[in-house]
Amino acid sequence: MPEPVLAVDHVYKYFGDYPALHDVSFSLNGGECLALIGRNGAGKTTMLKILAGLSGAAQGEVRLFGDSPRQASARRRIGLLGHGIGVYDELTAIENLTIFAQLYGVSATVARHWLERTQLAHVANAPVREFSRGMRQRLAVARAFLHDPALLILDEPFTALDDRAIALLQGLLAEAKAAGRTIIMSTHQLREAMELATHVALIERGKLVHFGERTPEMLADPTYVYRTFGAA
Amino acid sequence: MVFLQIAAKDLRSELRTKESLNASLSFAVVILLLFSFAFDPSSEAVAEFSGGLLWLVFAFAGALILNRSFARELPNDCLEVLIASPVSGAQLFLGKTIASFVLLLIIEVICLPIFGIFYDITWLPQALPLLGIFALGTWGMTVLGTLFSALTVNLSLRELMLPMLLYPLMLPALMAAMRLTTILLAGNAIGGGDIVWLRLLIGFDIIFTALSLALVETILVR
Repeated sequence: MPEPVLAVDHVYKYFGDYPALHDVSFSLNGGECLALIGRNGAGKTTMLKILAGLSGAAQGEVRLFGDSPRQASARRRIGLLGHGIGVYDELTAIENLTIFAQLYGVSATVARHWLERTQLAHVANAPVREFSRGMRQRLAVARAFLHDPALLILDEPFTALDDRAIALLQGLLAEAKAAGRTIIMSTHQLREAMELATHVALIERGKLVHFGERTPEMLADPTYVYRTFGAA
Repeated sequence: MVFLQIAAKDLRSELRTKESLNASLSFAVVILLLFSFAFDPSSEAVAEFSGGLLWLVFAFAGALILNRSFARELPNDCLEVLIASPVSGAQLFLGKTIASFVLLLIIEVICLPIFGIFYDITWLPQALPLLGIFALGTWGMTVLGTLFSALTVNLSLRELMLPMLLYPLMLPALMAAMRLTTILLAGNAIGGGDIVWLRLLIGFDIIFTALSLALVETILVR
């Protein structure tokens, strides 16, 4: 049996005495897309930060491609789109993407390709601080996809995106899923998430109260998960 | 050589905004000017504390540069993206240390002639050994300062915390750099019993570079 792309095994995380994550376990294989849903403060972002290697678990184990998330080999295969756009305002669009291409060891020509894909080629040499919000978001998407990651970790990716950026991101995610990439995304935009998801996880007060395949009921009524598995 | 790419990115960002460079340089020049009013520049006493005065200016100006080292990554959550990338904490730290080192050295090289004019001190014949001591002292300061910049980056009072942590710990390096600079500014060569200060400075740089490279990963991923 092949090793899962992502395996979370009895993970706990505390902030002081507060249990941010309590005995969370699940796993994902290639080509699967998990919609991680839950109310604000439920522990979604904490879970994603542990997966991205930004934070350590107090107990339990996380393995990405069979390695610890802090192993460079695992991080090289992660694409992260967090709350912030993760690009430098004082640098130009092409400079931003070139730096990240260098950090991930991919050719700098990929940077120009992604500027074209995100329809930012015409502003390649303009500083990011002059960009509109939508353009900055598209650049962030280009930065996350630049190195063709095998695992995409997305923290509320559709929040605050304009229509054009939502369409772009949905297209890229569908393409990535079809190509066998694994996606995990936390979101409050249930309808968009359910369309893409193969699996759904509901997290409440740090506990994983549901993890399973997305069913037709969830697609028909995105609030179904909350109503069926969530606390009243 | 990913650390060189990080250093180049930081230098490019800073040279474009000149945020910490301008603040640090103006602060250094103002302190030099104010001290020149406080002391009689023609007195012999100035020669005795010239190294100390110069390094105090560098240490104060340096804190402004070092505070920005990791804080530069806060807007748009760039620090998270860097930590999640395959770049190791040690490479990230080394890149940032090199960038701060270059910026601080630029400030020091500009300040030296200004210091010479304000305090009537001839430094040109000793320019090369002075530059060597500046480089050694500045490396010690930036290594320690960059480590504390990583440690305090998420604190609201980081501008206050960094100097409070940095200055006491860098006292041995500061004392050595002050002593060696004073010797050189007096027109003497470093030799005899003063070699111990040079050894102290080099030892400090090696120990704290190794220690910082070993600790930074733990500091960045909590």
